[in-house]
Amino acid sequence: MSYQGKKNIPKITSDRLLIKGGRIVNDDQSFHADIYMEDGLIKQIGDNLIVPGGVKTIEANGKMVIPGGIDIHTHFQMPYRGTTTVDDFNQGSKAALAGGTTMIVDHVIPEPGTSLMEAYDQWRQWADEKTCCDYSLHVDITHWNDSVKQEVDNLIKEKGVNSFHVYMAYKDYYQMSNSELYEVFTFLAERGGIAQVHAENGEIIAEEQARMLQMGITGPEGHVLSRPEELEAEAVFRAITIASQTNCPLYVTRVMSKSAADIISQARKKGNVVFGEPITASLGTDGTHYWSKNWAKAASFVTSPPLSPDPTTPDYLNTLLSSGDLSVTGSAHCTFSVAQKAIGKDDFTQIPEGVNGVEERMALIWDKAVTTGKMDENMFVAVTSTNAAKILNLYPRKGRIAVGSDADLVIWDTDSIRTITAKTHNSAAEYNVFEGMELRGAPLVVICQGKIVLEDGNLHATSGVGRFIPCSPFPDFAYKRVKARKQLAVLRAVPRGMYDGPVSEFSMSRGGTPSASARTSPTKQPVRNLHQSGFSLAGNPAPCGPPTPDDVPIRPAGRRIVVPPGGRSNITSLS
Amino acid sequence: MSTAGEVPAFFKSMGSDSPARPRQKFCGMFCPVEGSSDSKTLDFDALSACRGKSDGRVIDRQTDISQPRKVEIRESTGKEALQNLDDKRSDRLLIKGAKIVNDDQSFCADIYMEDGVIKQIGENLIVPGGVKTIDAHGGMLMPGGIDVHTRFQMPDRGMTAADDFYQGTKAALAGGTTMIIDHVIPEPGISLISAFEQWREWADSKSCCDYSLHVDITEWHKGIQEEMETLVKDHGVNSFLVYLAYKDIFQLTDSQVYEVFSVIRDLGAIAQVHAENGDIVAEEQRRILEQGITGPEGHVLSRPEEVEAEAVNRSVTVANQTNCPLYVTKVMSKSAADVIAQARKKGTVVYGEPITASLGTDGSHYWSKNWAKAAAYVTSPPLSPDPTTPDYLNSLLSCGDLQVTGSAHCPFNTAQRAVGKDDFSLIPEGVNGTEERMSIIWDKCVVTGKMDENQFVAVTSTNAAKIFNLYPRKGRIAVGSDADLVLWDPDLTKIISAKSHNSTVEYNIFEGTEVRGGPLVVISQGKIVLEEGNLHATEGSGRYVARKPFPDYVYKRIKARSRLAELRGVPRGLYDGPVCEVSVTPKTMTPASSAKTSPAKQPNQPVRNLHQSGFSLSGAQIDDNVPRRNTQRIVAPPGGRANITSLG
Repeated sequence: MSYQGKKNIPKITSDRLLIKGGRIVNDDQSFHADIYMEDGLIKQIGDNLIVPGGVKTIEANGKMVIPGGIDIHTHFQMPYRGTTTVDDFNQGSKAALAGGTTMIVDHVIPEPGTSLMEAYDQWRQWADEKTCCDYSLHVDITHWNDSVKQEVDNLIKEKGVNSFHVYMAYKDYYQMSNSELYEVFTFLAERGGIAQVHAENGEIIAEEQARMLQMGITGPEGHVLSRPEELEAEAVFRAITIASQTNCPLYVTRVMSKSAADIISQARKKGNVVFGEPITASLGTDGTHYWSKNWAKAASFVTSPPLSPDPTTPDYLNTLLSSGDLSVTGSAHCTFSVAQKAIGKDDFTQIPEGVNGVEERMALIWDKAVTTGKMDENMFVAVTSTNAAKILNLYPRKGRIAVGSDADLVIWDTDSIRTITAKTHNSAAEYNVFEGMELRGAPLVVICQGKIVLEDGNLHATSGVGRFIPCSPFPDFAYKRVKARKQLAVLRAVPRGMYDGPVSEFSMSRGGTPSASARTSPTKQPVRNLHQSGFSLAGNPAPCGPPTPDDVPIRPAGRRIVVPPGGRSNITSLS
Repeated sequence: MSTAGEVPAFFKSMGSDSPARPRQKFCGMFCPVEGSSDSKTLDFDALSACRGKSDGRVIDRQTDISQPRKVEIRESTGKEALQNLDDKRSDRLLIKGAKIVNDDQSFCADIYMEDGVIKQIGENLIVPGGVKTIDAHGGMLMPGGIDVHTRFQMPDRGMTAADDFYQGTKAALAGGTTMIIDHVIPEPGISLISAFEQWREWADSKSCCDYSLHVDITEWHKGIQEEMETLVKDHGVNSFLVYLAYKDIFQLTDSQVYEVFSVIRDLGAIAQVHAENGDIVAEEQRRILEQGITGPEGHVLSRPEEVEAEAVNRSVTVANQTNCPLYVTKVMSKSAADVIAQARKKGTVVYGEPITASLGTDGSHYWSKNWAKAAAYVTSPPLSPDPTTPDYLNSLLSCGDLQVTGSAHCPFNTAQRAVGKDDFSLIPEGVNGTEERMSIIWDKCVVTGKMDENQFVAVTSTNAAKIFNLYPRKGRIAVGSDADLVLWDPDLTKIISAKSHNSTVEYNIFEGTEVRGGPLVVISQGKIVLEEGNLHATEGSGRYVARKPFPDYVYKRIKARSRLAELRGVPRGLYDGPVCEVSVTPKTMTPASSAKTSPAKQPNQPVRNLHQSGFSLSGAQIDDNVPRRNTQRIVAPPGGRANITSLG
């Protein structure tokens, strides 16, 4: 060993790291082995490794070594009506590291009407300057037209974004119509992206909000009263329907209620490619706090969809997470100070939305799901990092301890007990929604990019070291099934002779309503208007027809298609 | 027990049959003593268990009728007839020896009707002489069917559905249906009232049976709300249909549906919904057409059943939010029916209406090589291509998860369908079914043992009457109810065919189906309209039946819930900490969607513009109305809902 050391003395020692005697926990198995890392990568795994001398060594003493957590949903430094969330990328990613999370995926939210690309660049700039851990970006699609479509295409092809988020809530602001969702999903399915949705029925929320305010309910309880969980479940159901029609993988962000989770698990049983993301808050606390007499406390819980007032919700969601019906966990960390929340002191609809959770996520899941026996340590790894890495197509670089993977590791202490409080947390917010909660399980050592960033409770995060990790399209985890289905789903017409009987006179007025659409989506054309459909009345089949390559302009009976009638397998032809 | 001899002289001949028929000697050890059953009270033995087909008397009576176990209709003759010269003969009618089937029980009794109303039920009724008598011989007598969903004479792009009110109601009567409820479809832009009156005019002049009208809401603005109020208060309408499909024509947005439902609940009416996601359908239609699929199979391919289930789920959600009773028309697929069944389990007040077509056939015919045949099946939501669907829906109907049946009878003839010969999205939609409805359900459900005769009555008439507040006038055989009756023959077999049906269209979607069970005699408004296969319908004799709002069957629960659902704010001190500065654009409030154009479609307006919202940013209004004093405002415990625990 020592002779090898001579070569590399000038190197900074912390680039080389050896963890001895750890129990490596991946999502599939756990085993005892040593890990050697160099240049931020895992170089060797095994017993009695041959490593250069002068390497910093950590004795794990049989403790668990797990892949660093991936927080798949954060909103650091999010602009909101002229202010910004109190945790910027530095503060936020520091909190993440303190909790054992070594990668975050933030949401880019372009204002409606502005360019996706500019917003993306802006977020990249903020994050590159400040982040202390690796990061990646989702892009939110807040409006839809052809140029947005083009930008989405570029983001996928050139910018390493493979997941796009659409809103079914925030009426007249971010909200998309069903037709737009259909088009977005269709496009993403073609390009290999993941469709994320914020699932709430915005139209009904708007109505309910108006009703609440009319009734004189202006406090944070109005927030949850105007957003009952049924509206969340309804939107999830609708999103699943559209995704299933368009054969697009769906990812439901922020699963906050039992009924929404139930819809997801039902859909998965039916075979839909859908992933559900409960967040730290929904797994750890409930919505009873909206009725707190302390306005500031009640307001700190405001997020959308809201925390469910049903106190059995967290337990239920933890169970579904353990059974695999829900797949990944995020934090939706998006904190505002009390003064910022107070924008809505007289009208709950004005309260900026978001809760903390990036720091508490790992420990909370450990406490609620592993110590209670709902899941084992391997499943814990799956829901905190591996599944997220698979969905983002970063696996096995992230989310696994294997030779060649990034050296993002956490030595997990299952016995440490910590009480969460706003006094000690790393976020800048005054309130912590988990205040007073005692959690078993905490990171002992956190290694990010091969460097020790947390040790003995001391955080050594370096601002700006975080790299952007590009995600490539068509993640196997989601798209293998989608691709197979696409091949099966080809539809075929029935070959028939021309109808030559009498034809009634009719007026076209019924389909002729001028489209009221403003957002220029091509779908808003009147559906029954023949002339716009690219069809001619003469019975020419459309000149496309990959399914029926032997299309001819006029249909001679009996020539056109050889396949049996009935495009789908469950259809019996009676001819 | 009094015998015929003890009754007053005026009624001397009553209780026995007309003098033309000789008295029978009864035979057998256990037969009743002659005359003893001529009781003037109900025979409770007969009530609990019908005397049935094997009863000695029936066998005995068969000696004097030509065909065994057939009904026998006797007109009064001779002197008796003279007593009634000033009456219209057919206004009085006696049915003897029938097994009366209601939704709760079956019992044997005679029924006497006069002036279109049931006057007496019991054994050995005292009826005036010279009454036309039907001898039922133990046959089942049930309330006439109510077809809750028809679209006779419906205008569609300058065409009219092939069956008008005359043809349609005739077909209904031929199938044992004595009341229909038709849908008024005002073209968007036309007033509801004028459309309603137009439909009244058509129906009054042509309908052969009683009818009522649903009104469809095809657009939404303030004026419509007032018209709905008028319709409910002055015109006897208590059900309104909204469309979640037909984008850019009839379709309403979720906000509009929310508002419509709120109005409907306040008026005490029923919200009906055509549940399909019109946005997705429009997209799929475009895609399917682009793929070169132009035939009727494109219709079903572009409207997959998931899209139906989604819309049902959405409307259930909106109905729950608004605490409004929901009625889903045309349940065509398993998944939609499942959503309804689940919602009912959770306590939602929701009713599902499968139609004859979805109960009797499936969507595999869309792939027929015969274009005209395939097109005859086009309706929305489409028939499911899954051939197990009818069986499944029949099961749910039998267990009560689905409650009522309609026909959505709206056939077009082939020339009219051919409008869409090159583009399936132009094919006028609608199938036949009003004539076949009762027989199909009997055949698929009762014959197979899924339901009994009482449940049959419930799903064909009673539930419909209850939901639409016609009960017990319709949907029940009871004294005082309308004399709309059907003498049902469970053994009648018939092969359905376009050759013999009463509709005018060339195709019958049940062509070749052999059904057991059919009406032997149909009585509408106390008059015999079908006997021995002969239909005597009178054009224009149908009356409009007005319906009152707040049907108990539906609204009892709704009322109780609206009392519970009051929400309360939390009393707090004023927040007096620092408040962040914000840029002006407010976050959520939206223009009210009552504007005629849906707000979702407003072009590029700065959506968060407060000034359009009618809301004030400061919340000052609210503060003015309700002074925010801790002690004064609300005494109730925090948490307006039962499942909310307050942490304080």
